Amino acid sequence: MRIALFITCFNDTMFPGTGRAVVTVLERLGHTVEFPQEQTCCGQMHFNTGYRPEAVPLVERFARTFAEYDAVVTPSPSCVGMIRDGHPVLAAQYGSPALQRRTAEVAPRVHEFTEFLTDVLGVTDVGARFPHKVAYHPTCHSLRGLRLGDRPHRLLRAVEGIELVDLPAADSCCGFGGTFALKNAETSGAMLADKARAVLDSGAEVLCAADNSCLMHIGGGLSRQGSPVRGVHLAEILAAVEGGAR
Amino acid sequence: MNENRGVVWLGSPAFPDAARRALKDTQLRANLKRATGTIRDKRLAVASELDDWEALRDAAAAIKKRTARHLDRYLVQVERSVTAAGGTVHWASDAAEANRIVTELVRATGEREVVKVKSMATQEIGLNEHLAGAGITAYETDLAELIVQLGDDRPSHILVPAIHRNRREIRDLFAATMAQWGQPAPDGLGDDPAELAEAARRHLREKFLRAKVAVSGANFAVAETGTVVVVESEGNGRMCVTLPETLITVMGIEKVVPTWTDLEVFLQLLPRSATGERMNPYTSTWTGRTEGDGPRDFHLVLLDNGRTDTLADTVGRQALACIRCSACLNVCPVFERTGGHAYGSVYPGPIGAVLTPQLVGVENAASLPFASTLCGACYDACPVKIDIPEVLTHLRAEVVEAGRSGKRLPTAEGVVMKAAAAVLDSPRLLAAAQKAASLGGRAIARGGRIGWLPGPLHGWSDTRDTPAPPAQSFRSWWRANRGPEGKERAGKERANTAPESKQFGENEGEDR
Repeated sequence: MRIALFITCFNDTMFPGTGRAVVTVLERLGHTVEFPQEQTCCGQMHFNTGYRPEAVPLVERFARTFAEYDAVVTPSPSCVGMIRDGHPVLAAQYGSPALQRRTAEVAPRVHEFTEFLTDVLGVTDVGARFPHKVAYHPTCHSLRGLRLGDRPHRLLRAVEGIELVDLPAADSCCGFGGTFALKNAETSGAMLADKARAVLDSGAEVLCAADNSCLMHIGGGLSRQGSPVRGVHLAEILAAVEGGAR
Repeated sequence: MNENRGVVWLGSPAFPDAARRALKDTQLRANLKRATGTIRDKRLAVASELDDWEALRDAAAAIKKRTARHLDRYLVQVERSVTAAGGTVHWASDAAEANRIVTELVRATGEREVVKVKSMATQEIGLNEHLAGAGITAYETDLAELIVQLGDDRPSHILVPAIHRNRREIRDLFAATMAQWGQPAPDGLGDDPAELAEAARRHLREKFLRAKVAVSGANFAVAETGTVVVVESEGNGRMCVTLPETLITVMGIEKVVPTWTDLEVFLQLLPRSATGERMNPYTSTWTGRTEGDGPRDFHLVLLDNGRTDTLADTVGRQALACIRCSACLNVCPVFERTGGHAYGSVYPGPIGAVLTPQLVGVENAASLPFASTLCGACYDACPVKIDIPEVLTHLRAEVVEAGRSGKRLPTAEGVVMKAAAAVLDSPRLLAAAQKAASLGGRAIARGGRIGWLPGPLHGWSDTRDTPAPPAQSFRSWWRANRGPEGKERAGKERANTAPESKQFGENEGEDR
């Protein structure tokens, strides 16, 4: 199985550690990961902000770049949602029949990281050790977009030493919403304030999510409040072997 | 602006500005949190006790879709059935025409007042204001609508229009205003819900007994028999559709269901989704006129008001399936914070954000499709499965396209989006931009955090830190460690001990 990593432009730029963690976990499980250099962005920001024609070259690029792989793994549920739901819409609206076909061909081979581990590889214990108190925030795209269900929890429960705590009102949106946080910064901030309070109430020392964008949003609010709670992407917890390999 | 359509409150600020104002009202925030939270929990409980809930939602969506596709036929069937049963059907292309029709009908009776059943359609067209202009007083008889009317206020929720008020505010309002309009509030009125309801009941009772004309909306109209259906909780609707001599119903054309078998699906979904009840207390149905029983005259005004335009949009038309249950409002994290007034429309919340721009044109409600994080809670809650996030992104594209065709100079956002698209379509430019962002970001960061950002980003940085970008992007790390230059290093990776990125704060691992 040829596995490609789609890092996403946001993780590539801001959170390369998450990409390295995905590589670490997959290699630990005995797989080889490739990183096609021509990859850039799924076009989610443009699509969600209403700039559809601008996103079309990115859809073409994605289909072209990943056409030859058996599996495309990405640590971002919202980008997977864009590829599954947004790319066909753009291809139908602006693209050629060939693009529609190529988009339809690649989409089923794109897997969010936890989907890939649990559904494709059939693994929940990836040999991680992370002795910390962790709250998991199901991001909207994890929960309602991709319907990841308990996949992240199953993976986290198998981590040695981890103490999982409940996050109150976990299914509420953190208020990020991409450009929503800029266009409606105050409303976004009000949602963030409630989410940050829930994180603090949970007693967790680490906040975990499957998407760095929401995590950066919540973490940004917590950091501003001077909270020591840190945001860590799920992949990085799964890559961790604190205290030595198991 | 299509001035003949109503729907929006003229002069309302754009959503972000209105929301900013609303967020400062801590009483409003508390009222909304309590009220939406309560209905949300009740809805979940009664929806989850039906094991065919998902099948019901699918059926409802399918019925609405099929009916919309053949709406022309079903509407003519409604007209034929209602007429055969002794009613009169009127067709109104927009709000102005509907208002004219209703006003003429009331005038013809010689009456100067009407009682009203809660109705979104008549709010949409601004009927009360229009009637007032013609010297006719319209009395709202739904408790929450009465609260809104007495307060000279605007509704902020489709189902619970006074959701922004708590009971102390309502007590004060009743005590201060009821006397002006009829039966005064009793002396020493307290804020106990039962006491407040009793005061409203007494105040309204004299209006029910006196009124000769009633105006209602409709939840459904069954095409095969021409039966109009109103679903309500307080019995005020039952009073209005039975006691007066003349009944005028204003109904959006999308409210038609073909058969009673179809209606059954919605009567299961609506109360559970709306009030979290298995069954609503009052479901009134009437078919034209019945000699010696109820109103002597029945008029049905079929309202288009932008609906045909909406129907022409293959993505947006699903918004017409809405049965006005408000489940999407109650689960919406944005609505919970801002309340309904911020939407500047009689249709607030997620459904309002997709319905309003379609009814009045996207250029007249351009901020509404952006008033959402696309979190999807609305779609999950919707009993007729309207994919609200899908329609929102669809309308966002229409807003941007309308701006492009209407203006010669592109907006700042448009320039940024174009530039970003060019950068993101080139791995080489992206790598260069990453390098620049890293240098720039790290130059303004303190302790690994960026506290302030310029221009349009300041709204973000007012309440959030941003992590400094790492020194090395993933792609440059890959090139150095796994690409042609770094292949041999791949095998000798040091054992990973702890997560490398901490998202915030100084991160030694990435400085190397």
